[in-house]
Amino acid sequence: MPGKTENISLISFGYFDRGLLDKVSVFVEHELGFPVRIREGFLDLSEFYDPARRQYNGTSLLKKIESDFADANTKTLGLFNVDLFIPILTYIFGQAFLNGNAGIVSVYRFGNERYGMKPDPELLASRLRKEIIHELGHMFGLIHCTDPVCVMRSGSYVEDIDQKGHDFCNSCRQKLI
Amino acid sequence: MGRKISILIVDDEESVRDSLYNWFIEDGYNVECAEDAKKALNILEAEDLDIILADIKMPGMDGLEMLKRIKALRKDSIVIMMTAFATVDTAVQALKDGAFDYVTKPFDPDDLSHLIRNASKQIALEEENEILREKLVSLENVESLVGKSEAMRKVLREIENIAPSNASVIITGESGTGKELVARAIHSNSPRRFFPLVSVHCGALTESLLESELFGHEKGAFTGAVYNRKGRFEMADNGTIFLDEIATISAKMQVELLRVLETRTFVRVGGNKEISSDFRVICATNKDLKGMVGAGLFREDLFYRLNVVNINVPPLRERTEDIPLLVDFFIRKYSTSMNRPVLSIESSALKKLEEFSFPGNIRELENMIERAIVVGNGKKITVKELPIGKEAPGAQYESLDDIEKNHIKAILFKYGWNISAAAKALKVDRVTLYNKIRKYGLAQEE
Repeated sequence: MPGKTENISLISFGYFDRGLLDKVSVFVEHELGFPVRIREGFLDLSEFYDPARRQYNGTSLLKKIESDFADANTKTLGLFNVDLFIPILTYIFGQAFLNGNAGIVSVYRFGNERYGMKPDPELLASRLRKEIIHELGHMFGLIHCTDPVCVMRSGSYVEDIDQKGHDFCNSCRQKLI
Repeated sequence: MGRKISILIVDDEESVRDSLYNWFIEDGYNVECAEDAKKALNILEAEDLDIILADIKMPGMDGLEMLKRIKALRKDSIVIMMTAFATVDTAVQALKDGAFDYVTKPFDPDDLSHLIRNASKQIALEEENEILREKLVSLENVESLVGKSEAMRKVLREIENIAPSNASVIITGESGTGKELVARAIHSNSPRRFFPLVSVHCGALTESLLESELFGHEKGAFTGAVYNRKGRFEMADNGTIFLDEIATISAKMQVELLRVLETRTFVRVGGNKEISSDFRVICATNKDLKGMVGAGLFREDLFYRLNVVNINVPPLRERTEDIPLLVDFFIRKYSTSMNRPVLSIESSALKKLEEFSFPGNIRELENMIERAIVVGNGKKITVKELPIGKEAPGAQYESLDDIEKNHIKAILFKYGWNISAAAKALKVDRVTLYNKIRKYGLAQEE
């Protein structure tokens, strides 16, 4: 059971630009009001690899983050740069335990170059920031929101992420308090 | 839609159950999981879940067999079948057996959300449809509370006063006076009007049928209970339940009804789950309920629980000034429904109606007008088309005693209470006539 949250921990697995994470963490800290720590984690991802799908199992990774990296007073979010899936879906951007202490996010599908366009570091940072705040929102008990600009709006494609805002709507913010 | 949609996930693979569980929980649904068909059916027997998302390939009972059993349990369930091995045959079979849709694993995230949103919309539409259908029925005929007489104005004032409250109402009045219309008018003017008005004719049902009708039943509760069925109390949630002919219910049902009215909770026949419902009760009877309480035929505590407000609907003979209005109303109603030009009525025919005693009250008047329009020449309703006058003399009396009493009274009046002359006319001896006068308590009026 989650205890009283004291801070947020972002753990990167694999290569991440530290400047990008520092930048994103400032916004996360501002939006959620808890100190954000960034650290590197080490995990053998091969055991989560599904050769048939050539993707990584998000459900198992989420359980691993919860069992090996999370603690009662910290909301811990694992950051990955591999393609995540859950058994029933073709891919996911991220996943978290509702009202729990663990979550995961992957930047794999956030880069513009994956869609045949010029790389755009600003857009990538914006997508990562929104997805991190979205999954943390779930960890703080928020469900998907129907407000088109709320960061808790569900999105299946990167275009959906681009269309929503970076912040919680008033209704979701009220529920956070 | 206001309430949370509930989803049951049935899959033998734990990872699939976990993934779907997390996915739907984040979307704000109530989610339950079962690892095989047997557990799923157990869950569905105990509670109503809106959407069932089930794998086709499962050890033991497969998804298609489970689909048939779910449909037998609750035929309006929304079941979505999923499988990793899609073939046209299984898809067609699933849809033939009543599946809402069929998806192949893994799905595109957007497809899954759309699928569930569509299913949720279907549920919301069906629920809205049911509410609107009930509402239409409850609004129908409300306008037929026609009348400008003081007696009717009093009833309308009472309806207006009590409709906004939540108080239980007993509507009394002779058969055919329009008690159900009064109940509909109360409901249609109350804050519960957007929810169903559910009517139950207690007199038409045996004790066991009434119990199942009011409380619902679980599948297999008795022979013929092939589906789980909601009871009338459950259907009247947020609305009104109208119990017609309340005086006819058995002593056992009186106890059950009292308990439900006190707790607003009940258990379906053959079930064990307590269900609560928020309803207003309106009852109707043509019997003297208070008299029945005195005679020990109706429970006093139930009577007081029901009789918070009493509205007495006057018989038509006590408001003859309403007859022209009612005649006009029924002529319009039946001319329209029979696709005929609106007729009028000859003044002599209307006078005949105003003089008639109408033992069957408004129902009888309505039937007369309907018949007159059917058999008439399509121009004006005349005395010829009315059944009045064609009936046997004295047909307004029900018992032979009533006929005898009134006939003796008329003959005595005719012969100025000359006993010998009256006895001769009646072809009885004087002693017999004296006995009859004593029996019927007849006395010469001053």
